[in-house]
Amino acid sequence: MTIAIVDYGAGNLTSVKKAFDWLGHPSVITSDPEVVRAAEKVVVPGVGHFAATASLDHRGLRQAIESAVQRGRPLLGICLGMQWLFASSSEATDVAGLGIFAGECVHFPAGVKSPHVGWNQLQRRGNSRILAHLPPESFVYFTHSYRVPLVEQTVATCEYGGAFSAVVERENVFGVQFHPEKSGHAGLHLLENFCALPC
Amino acid sequence: MLTKRIIACLDVDAGRVVKGVQFLNLRDAGDPAELAAAHSAAGADEIVLLDIAATAEKRKTLLATVRQTARQLFIPFTVGGGIRSLEDASAVFDAGADKVSLNSAALSDPALITRIAERFGSQAAIVAIDAKRVNGGTHYEAFAKGGRTPTGRDARVWAIEAESRGAGEILLTSMDRDGTGAGFDCELTRSISTSVRIPVIASGGAGSASHFAEVFRDGQADAALAASILHYGTTKLKDLKQELAAAGIPMRWPC
Repeated sequence: MTIAIVDYGAGNLTSVKKAFDWLGHPSVITSDPEVVRAAEKVVVPGVGHFAATASLDHRGLRQAIESAVQRGRPLLGICLGMQWLFASSSEATDVAGLGIFAGECVHFPAGVKSPHVGWNQLQRRGNSRILAHLPPESFVYFTHSYRVPLVEQTVATCEYGGAFSAVVERENVFGVQFHPEKSGHAGLHLLENFCALPC
Repeated sequence: MLTKRIIACLDVDAGRVVKGVQFLNLRDAGDPAELAAAHSAAGADEIVLLDIAATAEKRKTLLATVRQTARQLFIPFTVGGGIRSLEDASAVFDAGADKVSLNSAALSDPALITRIAERFGSQAAIVAIDAKRVNGGTHYEAFAKGGRTPTGRDARVWAIEAESRGAGEILLTSMDRDGTGAGFDCELTRSISTSVRIPVIASGGAGSASHFAEVFRDGQADAALAASILHYGTTKLKDLKQELAAAGIPMRWPC
């Protein structure tokens, strides 16, 4: 029983694994649906184009992740992985997201530099298990050109060309737009919260 | 609010940091992993490790150095110097780097930027430009091979091309200011920063906190590289960020 870090060919996953290693939690980088089904917890990381998430379908990973969620296994989407938890993205309209959260990812408006790169501050909204005991206005590291809308399940927002969802949370499904594995103590704290969730 | 980044730069040769460090109280001031961790603890927003090794023999130790440095670093980590192919870049990412910085190789093979961006994402592809004033100061030329070889290319035009080929950030060094401590070249930085939509990291010339404030305000830099100003013990990172925050520059603070 371990944490499955889902590899679907969207970027380099070494740093995510490294953070779990540092925290002392066993994890494995995998593209095998059976490993995902058997995992205690599932992480969908990823950077790049929304179209890359189509390979989650081709490899049978979508079904494995859906099955894990239905059985109450904690799921964490990071960056592109968080966007995939939403219904769709204007970056690739022919690719369906997981649809756990409603709404479409859209590009940052003209008038702000894009991508949004660097350390920005979280604004908390409501109770959150994944953000438990984090300082309320923690700085975290972002790098993305598309953003997800504010939804009922938004537990932290961030301000850049308007407010967007930085953290969403619905039962055991969590999404973070920033990179906790690159966000210093605040990020490690969040990952530790994820590891500590009962499953 | 998105903060301005202070990026600590380590020049490494054969696995050792080659610039002196007096203020950090380390057991071993030449160890890149220990130094990177210390900078991170002191509030650096990012670490850049530049391999300045001239020979292939010395370069072999780079991956081990990257691996060791990355293991205990949980802020963004860029590696540059001698990355000439997708394979070179892949090896550096596998060792734990988040971004690579391309310079001469991108100038001679601009498609390399696209290959790396397609495989690892644009956020992982930084193009470094060494720029020097030419024609009596009327424009800036990009130089290759550590500033030794003129390319005939206008730095601004090259930055725009790098962006269109998939670069996620520009690391812009003023050769005229580098090592002088006379301040960043704000005119150069602003000219590039207003010409591209991707972030621009200013480098070369930092001598005081006010120089950083100038390049963030007047130069419209998104980030600034701090190298010798940190290494020679003249400025501590914490003091630098505190001074900038007091001057109204958005900083990640407290760290």
